[in-house]
Amino acid sequence: MGEENKVTLYGMWASPFVRRVKIALKIKGIPYEYVEEDLRNKSQFLLQYNPVHKKVPVLVHNGNPIAESLIILEYINETWKHGRKILPEDPFERAKVRFWADFLQQQFLDSLCSATKSREEAHEKAMKDVFKKLTVFEEGTEGFFPNGSPHFEGENLGFLDIVLCSLFGSHKVGEEALTMKIIDPERHPLVHSWVTAMNELPVVKETLPPRDKMVAFIQSLRGNSLD
Amino acid sequence: MAEEVKLFGSWASPYTSRVKVVLKLKGIEYENVEEDLSNKSPLLLKYNPIHKKVPVFLHHGKPIAESLIIIEYIDETWKHNPILPIDPYDRAMARFWAKFIDEKIQPAVWKTLLAGENEREAAIEEAHQLLKTLERELNGKKFFGGESLGFLDVAGNVVVWLEVSQEALGMNLLDKEKFPILHEWCQRVLDDDAFKQVMPPKEKLLAFTRARFEAFLGPK
Repeated sequence: MGEENKVTLYGMWASPFVRRVKIALKIKGIPYEYVEEDLRNKSQFLLQYNPVHKKVPVLVHNGNPIAESLIILEYINETWKHGRKILPEDPFERAKVRFWADFLQQQFLDSLCSATKSREEAHEKAMKDVFKKLTVFEEGTEGFFPNGSPHFEGENLGFLDIVLCSLFGSHKVGEEALTMKIIDPERHPLVHSWVTAMNELPVVKETLPPRDKMVAFIQSLRGNSLD
Repeated sequence: MAEEVKLFGSWASPYTSRVKVVLKLKGIEYENVEEDLSNKSPLLLKYNPIHKKVPVFLHHGKPIAESLIIIEYIDETWKHNPILPIDPYDRAMARFWAKFIDEKIQPAVWKTLLAGENEREAAIEEAHQLLKTLERELNGKKFFGGESLGFLDVAGNVVVWLEVSQEALGMNLLDKEKFPILHEWCQRVLDDDAFKQVMPPKEKLLAFTRARFEAFLGPK
């Protein structure tokens, strides 16, 4: 493959942000080279392609690097116009999914990290925050599925679906690692049925990190910050 | 028709101002609803129940919140005089740097204001580095958008507002000796027709900033 149209994704196996890009590339059927980064020893390429944040994911297309997962998703949507659209065509629908994707992005990461790395009171507080915001999300997106439960034909995941899937899709893995419920079908029925429906799709299953490895990883994140 | 387009905002909010600049650049008529942020209207709370903030844009009765999301909506709905670049890669870059401004520069500036004696110098150094990184992106151009104001110039209004209002905060974070290129860019933005019409008068902004800062931290 020459430089023309070459796509390279720099990532890390456990990163939910990288997973978003993998899902999008798969949905669009875009062939790419994947480069696994050791985040404790970042490659010169990563540092060259994302000097500002030095993070994954970075997508390099025709030698041009793009960083930040949501920005990469928008780029993919605008560059490969064939096949499934990742963002809705209607500007208002688009604004809605951008708003809620931004909400997911901004509101949960701190609390989820905090919950992973703390115990007892601090942990309780962080999870309470997560649940409260899940309720806001649940109520705000109620109208998105007028035909009832979320249902995905083929692999028609969109921008917001991908973000939700990357954040809470593997909730069962997190629940096993932290021995607690994160997505409770009684407390958050819409989110639960939403991620469950997505988890059935091949494109989602194929981008799942290995389960045992993930459980161990989350537990080590927790273990390294306690004691 | 002006009655189809409404903007809920505050004259003192640079985020509201971003949207106003874009509406001016595109010549879109709208009804301006000035919110008292200490006493938010029921309509604002209805249209933005999640964040309860300005700006909120209303088009055909449908509300949109978050300034950059509003701007993308406006650009996609009124396609003349595009604000975002046409090329997908340039668009990605504009979005990347706008995000950098909101998620890195803004919090760093706040940190310098709130930092205690011991942390202030480090906070200022961090803010300076971030501003330098942004300055480099101008790369000899008149505006981030090229010959005329674009998405990133509009998003960068918070940097312009900082330059204008920093004296009210007793600081010189955006020192024109340290950031000559950014300083010149600020002057060009302030001189732009659309921007000029939307920017609050300097004295009014200084007085507001001073009062807000003192309310926040107690008088100096």
